[in-house]
Amino acid sequence: MGLYNDTVMENFLNPKNVGEIEDPDGVGVYGSPVCGDMMQMQIKVDENDVITDCKFKTFGCGSAIASSSMATQMIIGKTVEEALKITNKDVVDELGGLPAVKIHCSVLADHAIKSAIYDYAQKHGKTYEGLAGFDPNADDDDDEAPEE
Amino acid sequence: MREVYLDYSATTPVKKEVLDEMIPYFCEKFGNASSLYTPGLEAKRALDKAREQVAALINASPQEIFFTGCGSESDNWVLNGAAQLLKGKGNHIITTVEEHHAILHTCDALKKQGFEITYLPIDENGRIDPADVEKAITDKTILISVMLVNNEIGTVHPVKKIAEIAKAHKILFHTDAVQGLGNVPIDVKDMGIDLLSMSAHKIYGPKGVGALYMRKGIRLPNLINGGAQENGRRAGTENVPGIVGFGKAAELAKANFDAHVAHASELRDYLAERITIEIPHVYVNGTMAERHPGNLNITFEYIEGESILLLLDQFGICVSTGSACSSKSLKPSHVLAALGVSDELIHGTVRFSIGDFTTKDDIDYTVEKLKLVVARLRELSPLGPGKSW
Repeated sequence: MGLYNDTVMENFLNPKNVGEIEDPDGVGVYGSPVCGDMMQMQIKVDENDVITDCKFKTFGCGSAIASSSMATQMIIGKTVEEALKITNKDVVDELGGLPAVKIHCSVLADHAIKSAIYDYAQKHGKTYEGLAGFDPNADDDDDEAPEE
Repeated sequence: MREVYLDYSATTPVKKEVLDEMIPYFCEKFGNASSLYTPGLEAKRALDKAREQVAALINASPQEIFFTGCGSESDNWVLNGAAQLLKGKGNHIITTVEEHHAILHTCDALKKQGFEITYLPIDENGRIDPADVEKAITDKTILISVMLVNNEIGTVHPVKKIAEIAKAHKILFHTDAVQGLGNVPIDVKDMGIDLLSMSAHKIYGPKGVGALYMRKGIRLPNLINGGAQENGRRAGTENVPGIVGFGKAAELAKANFDAHVAHASELRDYLAERITIEIPHVYVNGTMAERHPGNLNITFEYIEGESILLLLDQFGICVSTGSACSSKSLKPSHVLAALGVSDELIHGTVRFSIGDFTTKDDIDYTVEKLKLVVARLRELSPLGPGKSW
């Protein structure tokens, strides 16, 4: 299989945390079907600010689905502040790499998580340093390379 | 695991009879066709025979057939040759929005040299209107190039009518027949075609060999200069085994034409019927009437093409997609865009193309797996009926 490595394929064929949460604490949607990639992330956060559950649904290619699946695994069990520190580069690293043209899929996953947390923060009147400057409606068209 | 290949428009396997015909020309009869001794003359005879076979498939004379390295080279030769030959007369070329990239990107290059290109639109069925061709002609038009059959949606264009219009205005007419060869009847004399591009690997011949039909009396400047091969029109030591293979493939395509078309269209129609009846939220792109007999282009709503392709690949099924994610450029299919399909639907399209080795069992297997794949991806998708983004 040339296009994707085993970790990516595994996350594409058997993705983890697919679905929706009943009564989610935060919901983030990023991308659009017009672009060919769209991710929906839902999170559950407990009183200690720990993300106890995260579910995703994605319209997109192999990398998009794999990135979403990996991203959810990376944030479950972390505090909101810790989750906000995760970058798309971390997602790519956990996947063992993505083809250069597919890096933007990891950026989408990163944005979708932040959007979900942003929504949670808005609903609960919280602020987080990690969300400073984050705009859930920003276009990601220019993001081709991983954030360093 | 079972393997079902449904991407015959991308390439085809070489048929055994074709390979058998080619083999002697690798190690035994390996002579250079330009050499004057016996092995050279033997190779030359083989080329001549292949030339006759290819000519017969399109009702041309053998002297009007020139072998090239591929269909793309033939397209490049026509566009660059016509531009060079006729730039004193004008700088306007008419083509269509849904041509193969070999035409479109060569036109881009010509634009940089000062040529003006008109790209004719296609209607919602994927067809070019000959009236649009007529309207686009100016006194600076030097070439009209309209493909015979589109590779993505299989539309057959009214090439004879368009050639008539070109002739009435004394303008050179070219058609890229790479997808049409062996799939729709071609008679260059009856259809009034001046130039026609062909490729062997789409008709069960080898890759790396194509041809250009250039009507007697037309003398395009060479694209490839050098030795005197191909009657001085296309230099380079001839790929004898490849050309021999092309010839044999053309002979088989002519002999099997009706059976091939009947077999492909029957299975294609069966596939279309099963999919449209058994899988909800699907759309066929392009009209079913006057279509490449083996082509089916379908959009699966709410899911994306590359992931469909990868999951089908897990089941041994090979198809292609118009989704942007699957192309290196990340641009969605320009053909579907020209058809008016919205971006989000383009991403969910799959092209199936059926060929001579496809069986009904292959279709049944494909539909069963497709149902699983589509259901799975729709489970993963945030989109669905009533759920907008």
